[in-house]
Amino acid sequence: MNYEAVMGLEVHAQLLTKSKLFCSCSTEFGKGPNQNTCPVCLGLPGTLPVLNRKAVEFAIRAGLATDCQIAAKSVFARKNYFYPDLPKGYQISQYELPICLKGRVEIEVEGIKKTIGLTRIHMEEDAGKLLHEHPESRSREASWVDLNRAGVPLIEIVSEPDIRSTQEAVAYLKKLRTTLVYLGVCDGNMEEGSLRCDANISLRPVGQAKFGTKVEIKNMNSFRHIEKALQHEMERQKEVLTEGGKILQETRLWDTEKEVTVAMRSKEEAHDYRYFPDPDLLPLLVDEPWIAKVRQELPELPNTKKERFVSQYHLSNTDAEILVSAKGIANFFEECVKQYPDAKKISNWVINEFLRMIKADETQIPKSLLTPARLAETFKLVDEGKISGSVAKTVLQKIFETGQPPEKIVEQEGLSQISDDSSLEKTIDEIIAANPKEVERYKAGNEKLIGFFVGQVMKQTGGRANPAKVNELLKRKL
Amino acid sequence: MDLHHFTIHELHLLLKEKKCSSEEITRSVFERIRKVEPKVHSYVTLTEEIALKQAKKADERIREKDFPPLLGIPIGIKDNFLTEGIPTTCASKILANYLPPYNGTAVQRLLDQGAVVVGKLNMDEFAMGSSNETSAVGTARNPWDLERIPGGSSGGSAAAVTAGECIAATGTDTGGSIRLPAALTNTVGLKPTYGRVSRYGIIAFASSLDQVGPITKDVTDCAMMLQAMAGHDPRDSTSLNLPVPDYQKTLSRDVSGWKIGIPKEYFIDGLDPEISASLNEAMKTFKKMGAECLEVSLPHTDYGVPTYYILATAEASSNLARYDGVRYGYRNQEAKDLIQLYQKSRSEGFGPEVKRRIMLGTYVLSSGYYDAYYLRGQKARTLIRQDFEKAFEKCDVLLTPVSPTAAWKVGEKLDDPLKMYLSDIFTINVNLAGLPGISLPCGFTRSGLPIGMQLIGKHFEEEKILRAAFSYEQATEWHMRRPKL
Repeated sequence: MNYEAVMGLEVHAQLLTKSKLFCSCSTEFGKGPNQNTCPVCLGLPGTLPVLNRKAVEFAIRAGLATDCQIAAKSVFARKNYFYPDLPKGYQISQYELPICLKGRVEIEVEGIKKTIGLTRIHMEEDAGKLLHEHPESRSREASWVDLNRAGVPLIEIVSEPDIRSTQEAVAYLKKLRTTLVYLGVCDGNMEEGSLRCDANISLRPVGQAKFGTKVEIKNMNSFRHIEKALQHEMERQKEVLTEGGKILQETRLWDTEKEVTVAMRSKEEAHDYRYFPDPDLLPLLVDEPWIAKVRQELPELPNTKKERFVSQYHLSNTDAEILVSAKGIANFFEECVKQYPDAKKISNWVINEFLRMIKADETQIPKSLLTPARLAETFKLVDEGKISGSVAKTVLQKIFETGQPPEKIVEQEGLSQISDDSSLEKTIDEIIAANPKEVERYKAGNEKLIGFFVGQVMKQTGGRANPAKVNELLKRKL
Repeated sequence: MDLHHFTIHELHLLLKEKKCSSEEITRSVFERIRKVEPKVHSYVTLTEEIALKQAKKADERIREKDFPPLLGIPIGIKDNFLTEGIPTTCASKILANYLPPYNGTAVQRLLDQGAVVVGKLNMDEFAMGSSNETSAVGTARNPWDLERIPGGSSGGSAAAVTAGECIAATGTDTGGSIRLPAALTNTVGLKPTYGRVSRYGIIAFASSLDQVGPITKDVTDCAMMLQAMAGHDPRDSTSLNLPVPDYQKTLSRDVSGWKIGIPKEYFIDGLDPEISASLNEAMKTFKKMGAECLEVSLPHTDYGVPTYYILATAEASSNLARYDGVRYGYRNQEAKDLIQLYQKSRSEGFGPEVKRRIMLGTYVLSSGYYDAYYLRGQKARTLIRQDFEKAFEKCDVLLTPVSPTAAWKVGEKLDDPLKMYLSDIFTINVNLAGLPGISLPCGFTRSGLPIGMQLIGKHFEEEKILRAAFSYEQATEWHMRRPKL
């Protein structure tokens, strides 16, 4: 029997607010254990939450960008459970009345467009972190609680069960991540856990309308793991069903080392969270003027930016698509164009060279020593005939590594262009002498071989020869 | 001079006229404590050293011309108010030795005025109780009859004020915890409108019902204490951002033309005839002052106690989840794993009444029961609030009993939680409706036990019930009596 997968994703995105959701502690990552804490986020007796309005604004932004309805009234609820990383014994979340409802995200897989529905986006606070080994003593006798993350604002974005393949799941998640980063509400960093994803997945025979029994998969913290975990879980469920077995409704953990999903808890063992409205917080009221203001201040989103790039910079659709795939890359491109207005040239270089340098990871851009100004300086050296285009590549790679100005690199490494006839002629003569067969074939009419000779000259001169000059001299000599 | 028996406003005058010093008042209070505390047991913690330092500081400030009304006045703080560097235990083993790193807003406002902290007052554990008997450190006794309870949960506060172990005290009231002990000890106790006083720094019992208020020797002191603590606090989202009137200024002996509503559902068979008689006398006093008493109806009164024990316990079950032995408070040392740590620490740290309420609250919030209990409870709460709104269309304030009986014997109701819960039958609905209510002395039983009456006002109309109470107090002398100890 053929089976079809039915998937829905729950994505937790950490909001980029400066302070926590219910107190004024910093949200900065990487501080010493429990440095970013106060009586409120430590859950000390007598403390009360006060809502961070910026976090609400960020949630509204995310809702507007995904075509959600923004609820005029939403309610914070307590999700009650015991765990040492949860200082109050409950997490403040939204349950029956979330802030955003009924949105959608457009994805494209292998040229086919599809809409993934969003059930809701709700706000909640993050929990702390447990360390089961002391960082210094490596003792496993106790567990250590770090509450820096406790109270950091999150939004949980819940999709409809509209996803049918791992490719769609990855495309959806990538689109969502790009959108959130564009909105400036989340840094999208999956390694640091700023973006986390759980999946609900079930199989059903192709053609059947009713959903099968779903399994929740947790602990997938990269795109690669998500793809692998979902693929593995689909195969596992298919095997069970093919053998006539039944899928148990349960939560499974993705084991990143063994690359299998492992049962964590069954439906019967599921927590009863005893949700109820948090009496310490008033209902959250969002009026039309507030929504209108946030809408007006929404940053440009990928689709709009792509269209603008095509019309403003005369780029191809494909190139524009690549440039807007990440906000950081698009910004870098535009910064470069400001300093060096040949957009086509910049676009080619960013797509062919820069993306490789930063390993297509926009989070590397702020760390890059190669700034738009340095890029412009290098390109100007080419225009002025001081270095060749191929040397420019080497220079830019060097700038990326050292941050030095291009003139200095050219000078230090002796990379300036050779346009001087006599020295070039000498090299060309040597190459003609060393390749008699090719010379013969060229003379017999294979003119394409000119490229081979140019290449040899460039190789010999370490790319420093002026290609136009070389061409001219070669043709004359041959 | 027995300075400890004076009121705040009397002492304020004496201080102003330099007839005594804060240090003398404070020493007088501690003398009194040394004498009667072994019998009354009002305090969990005494802070004599801190108090004397504060008193000396206050005396320096008094040299200035104008000073705040509470400057130099020794005040007792209920032990569920967080006090920086002073143990705050909620009269529970689970918080024994807990030292808060900060002051709650109400406490801070008292300290800002220069009040002197005598110590932390005994109470029912986590404010869960009507008699003070659930305290983990033993029951405070009623100074009017040491065989009897002082009421609860702010029993230590009421006992200390009437016994002269402090000049005034703070309390909290979730279902009657200020008003009931005030009524049983011949003191004045005010539960303000929900949202009038910040709850920041109060150990939460039931967040939608808890409210901070004073217990004092008379109505003027009550107004002064409320004045000091009331007002918006950005740290408490449920505290209302409304201007606070000058309560002392509104105190006048003038209720002529006022309509005083008498809810018929509050004068029931279970009400002690002596209390009923005292309240009838009080009505006559009001009439003599030109007020009119008229019967009103609060038809959903009977739903109050069950509604309260659903909503309050639901909130409590969640509020008390943080006492888990992980970060602070009592922790069982033998636990082998996390579940054991939770189970043992909480089983050993909480007393039986607290555990009973946590279980009740957990049950009513459980999946499958939520709609039948919690949601219906919320609906009943709305009906109860609407009852009051309708009644207030016809009258200015309501007059009711506070307790169905005078102070009962220690142990009398301890084995019967339901009987104990019913002692709050006249106070609970005021919390459910979020209204202000004041309890003040209005007589004594033949055996010499105090009787209190309750005046209930509209939301944020504390000044009205204070004025009615002040008028009555001026016309009577009940509040002048002190217990013989």
